Amino acid sequence: MLLGPALAVSAILFSLGVVGVLLRRNAIVIFMCIELMLNAVNLAFVALSQQLGMDGQVFVFFVMTVAAAEAAVGLAIVIAVYRHRETLDLVNINLLRG
Amino acid sequence: MVTFVFWLFAGVAILSAFLCITRRSPVASALWLVCTFFNLAALFVLLDAHFIAAVQVLVYAGAIMVLFLFVIMLLNLGRKGPGDMKGAWGRVVAVVAGAVLAGELIVLRLAVPPAALRLPPGAIAGETRARGAVQAVAEPLFQAYLVPFEVASLMLLAAIVGAVVLAKRRV
Repeated sequence: MLLGPALAVSAILFSLGVVGVLLRRNAIVIFMCIELMLNAVNLAFVALSQQLGMDGQVFVFFVMTVAAAEAAVGLAIVIAVYRHRETLDLVNINLLRG
Repeated sequence: MVTFVFWLFAGVAILSAFLCITRRSPVASALWLVCTFFNLAALFVLLDAHFIAAVQVLVYAGAIMVLFLFVIMLLNLGRKGPGDMKGAWGRVVAVVAGAVLAGELIVLRLAVPPAALRLPPGAIAGETRARGAVQAVAEPLFQAYLVPFEVASLMLLAAIVGAVVLAKRRV
């Protein structure tokens, strides 16, 4: 059975996504790391669906839908921020910092 | 044989994810992420999720990453820059936090689902073979999960309107 190895790969990919979010300062690269984390979760869903039924694959479908919507809205926000600040470095984007 | 192929694709996926978070240029990061997505699609095939694998290639590696590359090139971020890595202290914190999280998740893997919920081995593969890869996913999607499916369509509509409003120059 591939369940155990698949969950291990999923854990490693999720951790790599978290490291990427903590490591980078470019907003678009952080966005891509979030997509990486969503994919790691998808892998865990698919691996567990082998034991627990088809519902896991249906959930992967919903995760992909939400990821597509999130990418569209997030990249629109990135474009709007870039238009105001001429940069995507999160050090310079401190509008919401109190 | 299946195990060898699994680890081959898993190794390439992890390696390209690592390259994705360490490459300096956003374009290189995006392309390594596409490579990760293709390898994940191969892993989905090995886990008997053929339809999900096809959707992964079409939606993730195709649509979403093309959107990312489009925005990167629209904003002209592909040129060589000073790099956006955090300093030495930030790197140490990131790697330590990631290692702790990976350890926790791998320990969490030891928890097994209760035996009453578990299907016999090969049940999903048999169902996919008997009813076809698409029908096996579509039947629960359009019967048990019909309401979430409709809510997802509303969410996509809201996302479309939101993206247009946010990216417009003047509302």
